[in-house]
Amino acid sequence: MKYYTTQISEKGNIAIDDTILVKDVPTTAGSRILEGFKPLFSAEAVTRLENKGYGISGKTNVGEFGLDLCGEFSYYSEKEAELYGAAAQLVADGDVHGALGVDMNGSPRRAAALSKVCFLKPTYGTVSRYGIVSCAASGEQLGVYAKNVNAVSEIMAVIAGHDEKDGTSLKNESYDYATDAPVSGKSVCIVKELLEKADEETRAKIVAFAEKLRAQGVKVDEISVDFFDIANTAWQILMTAETCNNVSRYDGVKYGFRAKEYRNIDELYINTRTEGFNFLTKAVILYGSDVLSKNRYDDCYGKSLKVRRVISEKFKELTEKYDAVLTPVCSKTAYEAYDIHEAFEKVFKESVFTAVANLIGTPALVSGGVQLLGKHFGESTLLSLAGAVERMGE
Amino acid sequence: MNYEIVIGLETHVELDTQSKIFCSCGGHSSPKEPNDCVCPACSGMPGMLPVMNKHVVELAVTAGLMLNCEISRYTTFDKKNYYYPDLPCAYQITQLNHPICTNGCVSLQTSQGNRDIRIKQIHMEEDAGKLVHEGKHSYVDFNRTSVPLIEIVTQPDFHSAEEVLLYLNKLKSMFRSGGISECEEGAMRCDVNISVRPEGSEEFGVRTEIKNMSSFDAIERAIRYESQRHMDALEFGTEELVQETRRFDDVSGKTFAMRNKETEADYRYFPDANIMPIIIDDEWLEQIKATKPVAVDEKADAYREAGISEKEIEMLIHNNKLSKLLDDVIALGCGAKDAATWILTDCAGVLRKDGKSLSNLSINAEKLAAIIKLVDSGSINRNAGKKILIAVVEKDVDPVTYCKENGLDRKVDASAIESIIDKVINENPRALEDYKNGKEKAKQALFGACMKELKGAGNPAVIKELLESKLNNA
Ligand SMILES: [Zn+2]
Repeated sequence: MKYYTTQISEKGNIAIDDTILVKDVPTTAGSRILEGFKPLFSAEAVTRLENKGYGISGKTNVGEFGLDLCGEFSYYSEKEAELYGAAAQLVADGDVHGALGVDMNGSPRRAAALSKVCFLKPTYGTVSRYGIVSCAASGEQLGVYAKNVNAVSEIMAVIAGHDEKDGTSLKNESYDYATDAPVSGKSVCIVKELLEKADEETRAKIVAFAEKLRAQGVKVDEISVDFFDIANTAWQILMTAETCNNVSRYDGVKYGFRAKEYRNIDELYINTRTEGFNFLTKAVILYGSDVLSKNRYDDCYGKSLKVRRVISEKFKELTEKYDAVLTPVCSKTAYEAYDIHEAFEKVFKESVFTAVANLIGTPALVSGGVQLLGKHFGESTLLSLAGAVERMGE
Repeated sequence: MNYEIVIGLETHVELDTQSKIFCSCGGHSSPKEPNDCVCPACSGMPGMLPVMNKHVVELAVTAGLMLNCEISRYTTFDKKNYYYPDLPCAYQITQLNHPICTNGCVSLQTSQGNRDIRIKQIHMEEDAGKLVHEGKHSYVDFNRTSVPLIEIVTQPDFHSAEEVLLYLNKLKSMFRSGGISECEEGAMRCDVNISVRPEGSEEFGVRTEIKNMSSFDAIERAIRYESQRHMDALEFGTEELVQETRRFDDVSGKTFAMRNKETEADYRYFPDANIMPIIIDDEWLEQIKATKPVAVDEKADAYREAGISEKEIEMLIHNNKLSKLLDDVIALGCGAKDAATWILTDCAGVLRKDGKSLSNLSINAEKLAAIIKLVDSGSINRNAGKKILIAVVEKDVDPVTYCKENGLDRKVDASAIESIIDKVINENPRALEDYKNGKEKAKQALFGACMKELKGAGNPAVIKELLESKLNNA
């Protein structure tokens, strides 16, 4: 198992997913296309951590551009698929205090759930995206892996806050990440439709988590919510389109990998990208290119933007009634190795649990193998609910 | 058969900003060596995000105000996708859905009279880089990538190369006076859409687009060549016209079809999520209006209404200092037409004597207004006024004091004039005789004698009238 693509310091206590830049350290985003690329600057979140005395242990292996389930399709993996996420496992093993990852389509959340650690995908705009290998700008967000909610909260407090280098960064200088707000009297809902998509073991986890919440005086209802599938479809359309566009700069002209054989500029492009991207990325590029094409735009991309607005409203209504939504993160508690040709469909299916948070920019916290979704800036509520359960022990 | 040429223009203008549109690299005029002026953002490296340069928005709004456009209060950016090595991200950030300015109008004074050209929209975008080909190799220079541009799109309202050139020259002088762009060589580039139809026809002919021309001379020649080609095709069936993109070859003076591959691309436009929508509120808009010159056309219209000649308007609207002086003098109660002559003819004359031009003029508006009022009230004549003007321009004297000290303002009341006229008539009995015998010239001689006695004081019209009545009653 290869955790690091580049190890920086054995004394470092924070691991950085290889989709995040650290100055002068090779950054690959798990792709051959960025082979040899060394950034000239560090991500804002990395700089903030270093300024507070945290040390960077190294760059953790990720699936190519974070498009897969949880890190199984990296160009830099040695042998078999890795199905638990490198950064999540380093945290689970206690090798590092925490790690940073980019949540673009749920990959770090799934890795955290399977590795039994926490991951917080915060509200969009609260953590600077300056210095991440951007794919889906409208919904990707930098988040934190850690062993418990207190460590998540501590690291979040360091990296969050306005950054003028990111035009989408919100103006607030700090946010509430308290993990000990009172939970008694709060209400949480379980979405029946999502529960049905998970296996028995996963469902049992949700039920157990709900019982612990009830023991803390939290009201838990099982309800029916109809928009998770459509939210997932809309996000896959936006995400593939934006990714197709953002990875189009990797063309072999400026940096990173360049094919050896080419006779003209067209061949340079084609051969470089054919050899540089894996099958999943190519599928995403084709899908994204299709939904942006002139005759498909209105039905696909344009409609997805409208769906985003509608779901944003519907989710707001839901979170006015409930303080959090309790859902599975993955359909099962462990994935088996599979062929990359099946990846696009597999990831699409699994993202039904994670996509809504990317689509509308709301926070999502993975803890104890389950997920809590909340309203914009509702991180403290999620951390406190998970914290209450965490403190009860097994 | 007679044909009508129909032309629409898309004009790209590089803005004179200190820095590029989305990063802090220097603007268009800074770089010297290739790739001197490049950062991770404008060379397409991962991790960098575009940060909007507010000054670009302000200059684009100013351009919109000058072209009488509606200013969008909500404006957004889109990505235009295509692969070319001079485009480091493989997309260009531009505006498709919510451009910054729409529905403008600019009027041209052509040899056929006034013509209004409608402006469809103005949008902001980033420029691409440059390829340098040497032998078997091609090199990329990113100095120009992300230099801010505005693109001004007109409706198909032009009917000749003459009108197109008038328009481009007008844009150029407007943009210079508004601090938007110096419009140096290559900083203004045009795509020309052209079609030809039988005169009186409502339907448009087949349209071709000639891309990317930067010299006015080339634009003129291209329009002449291309419109003739269309007319020949319609009149003589020399070829079948197809809708296509063409390029103008400067050497042969002809246009050639470009490969379809370059022109039929689907650019897969979509909104740029990295740049938040820009809101232009009342406060910001007022700020931009206040710091920028008034829309030139508005000002020209006001001058025209006041009776100022076209030639003088031309001189005034492209020179903020002169038009400000004129506006101030008008505000002090002087007539616009007269004041314009004082500034553009009399002041210019004074400066010319010293080998200077109007650009050297520095005269206090109040002093100029005082001179004009002395003349208007009849207390001095125009020649005396000019004498005072010279003293004011050269020595910055106070006009009223100077006038008194040099006896120019000698107040002459009607009785004083009368007694002088009587004196002159009495001293020239011969002239009186001649006048009575019908010799008009005699009156002129007597008038001259009166003026001499009065030493230039007094209102000549009044003197003339009095003299006439005295002669007739004598
Ligand atoms: Zn730059």
